[in-house]
Formats: sequence, structure tokens, C-alpha cells
Amino acid sequence: MITTVVKVKLPVNESLEIKKMRLEPEEKSCDKRISIVTGIHGDELEGQYVCYKLSDYLQKNIGFLKGTVDIYPALNPFGIDSITRGIPAFDLDMNRIFPGSSEGDMNEYLASQIIKDVAGSALVLDIHASNIFLTEVPQIRINELHEKTLIPFAEEANVDFIWVHGASTVLESTFAHSLNTMGTPTLVVEMGVGMRITKAYGDQLFKGILHLMHQMGIWSGEDPVVKKPEESFAHKDVCFLNAPASGIFLKNVVHGTCVKKSEQIGVIVDPLSGTVIDEVKSPVDGWLFTIREYPVVNEGSLIGRILYD
Amino acid sequence: MTEKTLFEIKALYRDDFRVTGFSFGKGEKAVCIVGSMRGNENQQMYCCSQLVRKLKELEEKGRIRGGKEILVIPCVNPYSMNIKKRFWSIDNTDINRMFPGYQEGETTQRIAGGVFDAIKDYAYGLQFASFYMPGRFVPHIRIMKTGFEDVELAKKFGFPYVILHTPRPFDTTTLNYNWQIWETKAFSIYTTTTEEIDRTSARWAVESVLGFLQRMGVIEYGGAAGYVSKVASTENMITVRNRTAGFFEGKVNAGEHVRKGQILACIVDCCKGQIADEIYSPVEGTLLFAHAEPKAYQNTAVYKIIPETEEW
Ligand SMILES: [Zn+2]
Repeated sequence: MITTVVKVKLPVNESLEIKKMRLEPEEKSCDKRISIVTGIHGDELEGQYVCYKLSDYLQKNIGFLKGTVDIYPALNPFGIDSITRGIPAFDLDMNRIFPGSSEGDMNEYLASQIIKDVAGSALVLDIHASNIFLTEVPQIRINELHEKTLIPFAEEANVDFIWVHGASTVLESTFAHSLNTMGTPTLVVEMGVGMRITKAYGDQLFKGILHLMHQMGIWSGEDPVVKKPEESFAHKDVCFLNAPASGIFLKNVVHGTCVKKSEQIGVIVDPLSGTVIDEVKSPVDGWLFTIREYPVVNEGSLIGRILYD
Repeated sequence: MTEKTLFEIKALYRDDFRVTGFSFGKGEKAVCIVGSMRGNENQQMYCCSQLVRKLKELEEKGRIRGGKEILVIPCVNPYSMNIKKRFWSIDNTDINRMFPGYQEGETTQRIAGGVFDAIKDYAYGLQFASFYMPGRFVPHIRIMKTGFEDVELAKKFGFPYVILHTPRPFDTTTLNYNWQIWETKAFSIYTTTTEEIDRTSARWAVESVLGFLQRMGVIEYGGAAGYVSKVASTENMITVRNRTAGFFEGKVNAGEHVRKGQILACIVDCCKGQIADEIYSPVEGTLLFAHAEPKAYQNTAVYKIIPETEEW
């Protein structure tokens, strides 16, 4: 059943509606609810495929469903519609306004109603797709404040990598942080790249979601085997590669592979003079889990991230 | 006046990105004044350009006191100014959300880091700031409650209002907040506008800054005495919102005194032209902020009022 989570009237002959699909069996034998959420950043589309695939599959196999599945494919519908990362007209990152306020402006109100609707889920997956600049292997990012609750879920989600990162005041206003603070476990998935859909990653996460649902008793159908992820907290560290100069970045390695210390990751070239301005080398032996996709770089632009021992 | 490049990045197809500072006097780092950080902050840059002009005149007359140096940075972000984009050209990040910066990090972190390195040791830090909502302000000085704030000092600008503001999570990465953490006495100066230049409030701000410099013993200047500032805090501010979306017809301007029950604005239906909502003042007070866009979304904070009781 498709329902409206929140609706506001806009100035000119239009309403803004955030909708969800609720899937549940006629007779529930499990009280639990899993929520699949995406589209906070309007330029991140990988979650669109996951939402479609999950909804389609569950509707065709509804007999195996024991609990509730809520699918929210577009928390920032204007952003998705206008290829805008943030909230158009406000130049605002939607993932910096949670938990919102029911008394606040339109966006704060939307945020508060979304939180109200999602809160109380047994598990929430907030699916992101990096941005248009970087490609990511399927991974789950966890704020260290919530690692105890979230790691057990994350390990069953069929992702390649779990990254536990430090707490930061700036991240306190994210969707996931707000829900986790309220006691609703929320996993942030990052995979693929902005403005594109990587079906293989979507299929991988789809299996992870089915497996999690099976473990939680929400689903009694197929239970896919999941992979064991790399974990940042298992005596590992993350090394950041930044562009040493402005130019056009040409990558020479395959994303998701292991690289050796001093191995060339790519070069930064100047098409005007026809010269190589600088090269980017790996400072460590490790696993390249993030790589720059967007060729234009400024000095300092992120080129990649490497997980190493 | 000495012109110096404080931070520089080479680009592929654009001229080098340069943050330029103008320095007056020699000696201890007394005051640093920062203008636009975002591409729409014309008024903020304009104010600084006027200060550069005035300080150059004062320096030529020998009116900068010995042993004091003043640094003015009219624009931290020429790239965004020149393409009329509010945030950073390629990745849309906001330099004023990157402080104290990181010189090994991403581009805007490097800019923030490079600039902060050049300006973190000044005794006083003044930033011409802008608000994220489109509207007009009563000129005021804003200071963040970090535990290091100095209200009495803020009064020395002689602005009509000093507004105390409790930092929200994202404020911790602004220049003002980090200046205070690094023990610079930091003040944000709000004039009336952002994108559009308002010469009257700019002149006010320039005179107030010069008055402040004079009172702090940095320059010799014979300006006006200014106001005895009233202090208010954002928590006690009354926010007035419109219930319906539509064209916004404001009846009162920022700075006006309003009575309880007075009409402030009408919301007009965008298609049918009839009045869809009337907005009345819930209190008596002074309008600190007034919405200034043709349309208003539902529940926009169209006015902020300093209640009468707060004023004294
Ligand atoms: Zn995202």
C-alpha cells in the first residue's frame, strides 16, 4: 500500500509529498518492521534500483513475508527531480536538518515527520551513493557512538566493508544519527557513484536485505548467503589520497583492488599543454575501496581511500 | 597599505585562486576583518572594500597607532564570486563550514586552513557575515556563546543591537566559532543585505568598525559615538511564520517598532490573487529580520522580533 508520509502545499499549484510503500502480509506473525530509505541526496540514485527490486520481489513472494517492510524511495523528491544533491531553492543539505522540528520551516517540518514515521523500526537502511565524484565499494559507515548496536546488523548486510568512524558534531544532524540516538538502529550504506545505477552493487545489497529480514523473522523465503566484510576496526586504518595539483585525473587502477606501496593510482594531466602535471601514488600496501570517478580535480580533491594494516 | 597573497591554488583553466589581504600599520596583530566567503556576499565584500579605502586614507595621515597591524580580507572566495555561485565551484562545499581547516585535506579545507593560519593570531576578529535565509536585517553584531564571548566588548561597536547566539552543531566549523576557540575575540557583523548592496547600512558598518578600532586604541578616528547597544539572545527572539504558501506582501521593514496585533504581512494566493493569510505581530518589539523574497513557502520564519521586554 502506498501512503503519504508528509505533504505540504507549495506556493504555485503543487504539493510536495513524500511517499512510502508498505508491504505486509494479511496476517502478521512478526511485529518487526524494517525500513529501507533512500534519496536524501538527490544526485544519489543507487538506492532507486534497490527499492524497485525489493518491492517487486516481495510483492511477488508476499506469502513468505511475516512482518512489515516500509520502502521510502525519495526523501528529497525535488532533489531527485532536478539533479540537485541538496534541497533545491534552499541550497541546503537535507542530511543536516534532522531531527527537524514540527514547528519549524517547511524543510524542518518535513524532516520531523519523516523521523516520526520511521522511528520505531527494528532496523533502518539509509542507502547513499557517495556523490558524483567518487565510486565506493558497497559499505556501511558507522559512527563510533553506535558501533555496539550496529556492527552485528552490518556484518549480515552482504557489504564489502564496514567503516567505523569518529564522532563529529557536524554529523549530529544526520538522519541516521537522529534515529540511532532515539534508539532506532539505522545503518548508512554507501555504494557506487552519484547519478548512476550499478546493478551488481544493488543486487548485492538486495541479498543482504533479504538475509537481514530472514534473521529478524520478517521474512521466511530465500535466505541468501552473505559475504564477510572487511572491517576498519580490525587493526586497520584508512589512508586518504588527495590531488597534489589541479587538472584532469586519469586513473590507472581498478576500483576495489589491492594496491602496492608506490604503485601509481593515476596521473593528473593538463590537456592544454599536453603534459602530465603530477602523479598519484599509493603511500601504503592496501585495498582501494574508494576511487575518484569525476575527472576534473582541484588541488586537494579526494582521489581515493585505501584500507591498510 | 601592503597587499599580500595569503593563500593560493593553481587551477587548470582558470587564473590562480588567490586570497588577498590588505594590511595597514606594523606591529602586533591587532585586528583582522574578513568579508565574503560565499559567492553571493556582495554586501559583505563591499563593506570591506570601503574599509580598505578608509584605512588607506587614515594610514596616509599617520592615524594608525604605532605597533598595531590591521588586516582586511575583502574576499576569501573570488572563484565563487566571479561565477555567481554561492558555494565552492566544483563540489558545492561551503568554506565557512570548513574551519579550522586542514592543509592536507580537500580543497575547501585547504583554503580554510591556509586562511585560518594567516588570521588566527589576531587579537580581534571581525567577519561580515550573511544569513542563510533571504531577508533584511537590522544591522547588528552577533556573537556565539562559546564561553569565550565578550558582550561588553561587542557593545563597543555602537551598533543598535548585540545578539547572542547559541551555537548549533554545524556552527562549530565556522570561522567565528574557531576564532573564539583560538582565543581571538570574534564578532560577526550583519548589515541589512547580502546579494544586493545597501550603501547606507554598509556606511554604518564601516563607521562602527572604525569607531571600534578607535575605542580599542588601534587608530585615531573622530567618528560618531554610536548607539548604546541593546543585548538580546536568539533564544528569546520571537519567530513569526506564515501558515500558507504564496506571494509575500510585507507591510513593515526590518528595524521598525511593531505593536502587538499589528499587521505585518499578507500572503496572497499565487493564482487567484486573493489574500490567503494575514500575519499579525504576537508581541510588541523591534523587527530584527524581515523576509525579502517575492514568495514564501509554508511556515517560513518571515519575521524575527526582539520583544520589548528584552530590549533594556
Ligand atoms: Zn548521500
